Amino acid sequence: MKKNWPLWEVFVRSKNGLEHRHFGSLHASDEKMALENARDVYTRRNEGVSIWVVKSIHITATNPKNNGELFEPAKDKIYRHPTFYKLPDELKHM
Amino acid sequence: MNEKDIKNLEEIFEQRIARDEKIEPKDWMPEKYRQTHIRQISQHAHSEIVGMLPEGNWITRAPTLRRKVALLAKVQDEAGHGLYLYSATETLGITREELYEQLHSGKAKYSSIFNYPAITWADMGAIGWLVDGAAIINQVALCTTSFGPYARAMVRICKEESFHQRQGFEILLTLCNGTEVQKAMAQDSLNRWWWPSLMMFGPPDAESTHTEQSMKWKLKRKSNDDLRQQFIDQTIPQAEILGIKVPDPDLKWNEKRKSYDFGEIDWEEFWQVVKGHGPCNKERINARIDAWEKGVWVRDAALAYAEKQSDKKLNKAV
Repeated sequence: MKKNWPLWEVFVRSKNGLEHRHFGSLHASDEKMALENARDVYTRRNEGVSIWVVKSIHITATNPKNNGELFEPAKDKIYRHPTFYKLPDELKHM
Repeated sequence: MNEKDIKNLEEIFEQRIARDEKIEPKDWMPEKYRQTHIRQISQHAHSEIVGMLPEGNWITRAPTLRRKVALLAKVQDEAGHGLYLYSATETLGITREELYEQLHSGKAKYSSIFNYPAITWADMGAIGWLVDGAAIINQVALCTTSFGPYARAMVRICKEESFHQRQGFEILLTLCNGTEVQKAMAQDSLNRWWWPSLMMFGPPDAESTHTEQSMKWKLKRKSNDDLRQQFIDQTIPQAEILGIKVPDPDLKWNEKRKSYDFGEIDWEEFWQVVKGHGPCNKERINARIDAWEKGVWVRDAALAYAEKQSDKKLNKAV
């Protein structure tokens, strides 16, 4: 069977102090090539100081079909937000 | 899923787009939305990749080192843009190999502008100024398109593209401030690239088969004719700065419309080039097929090496 180069997801830290963020994906034969290609494809203009690559097949994701049961329960838990609590006007800075 | 369920899902889908929500790859989408996006995004990717060919031809012949590094960087950007767009297309469930196969077999199209030859150094100027200028107008409109991966790729591409147009304009400006022969070379280049650049916006609205559906999906934010007019209005004052004239005797400022009126576009030529009868269609496709086929051994060797290395690691672990 004909085999093709696997797909990798690329994460870039744009500067120290910030998190790595998903930038896109690319094909490469191994991790070393994936890093080298990521550098050329995604950081040609000083976009990053650190790159992570991970094979796309290693990512497990939620299914948008289940978004209702997964994410909607949080919507009615308004007591998790500071604005839920009634405080006297005299009270500043809390 | 029965028909009624699908209809219901379609309605929810259209409402999401109407609310300016983005559609992400794993979301449910109508089959036609998926297919239309595969067609359009891959066509865009192919245009970037084939678009490297007319310019790549001039890298070794650039007149100065400054011009050479700029052209090299521009062509490298186009490779990058092609890769962003291929990745965005792959999120819709088609493989990179299938996409290449569609390009090589002629099933997929690419922008027909790249089927014209770049015969003088001035053409590097005209391509950057006009072709990239037209592409930017098309692409800025796509930064807010409904499909998330496409919109994100477009934002990145637009950021990178503005240097392309400037470097092209600067090439022409230098020629126009040079000798008579150099200025004539710039004029000749504008003569050849003007009409094909106007054709880049596609057929007139009345004949554009995809416009209505694409507008609804925000895959198109403005019509072909509107974008074309915008391009002409912004480009004519730039030509005046260069001191060269677009080859259109009917071009005239229309005070009432606050826009330029322009002459008839030769759509017969456009369709001939789209159908494969342009000056360089065969040469471009053959160059792509050649690169793909001659690279087989490199791709296979890299994969064999990767497998060998990972086997070694596995054996060590045992």
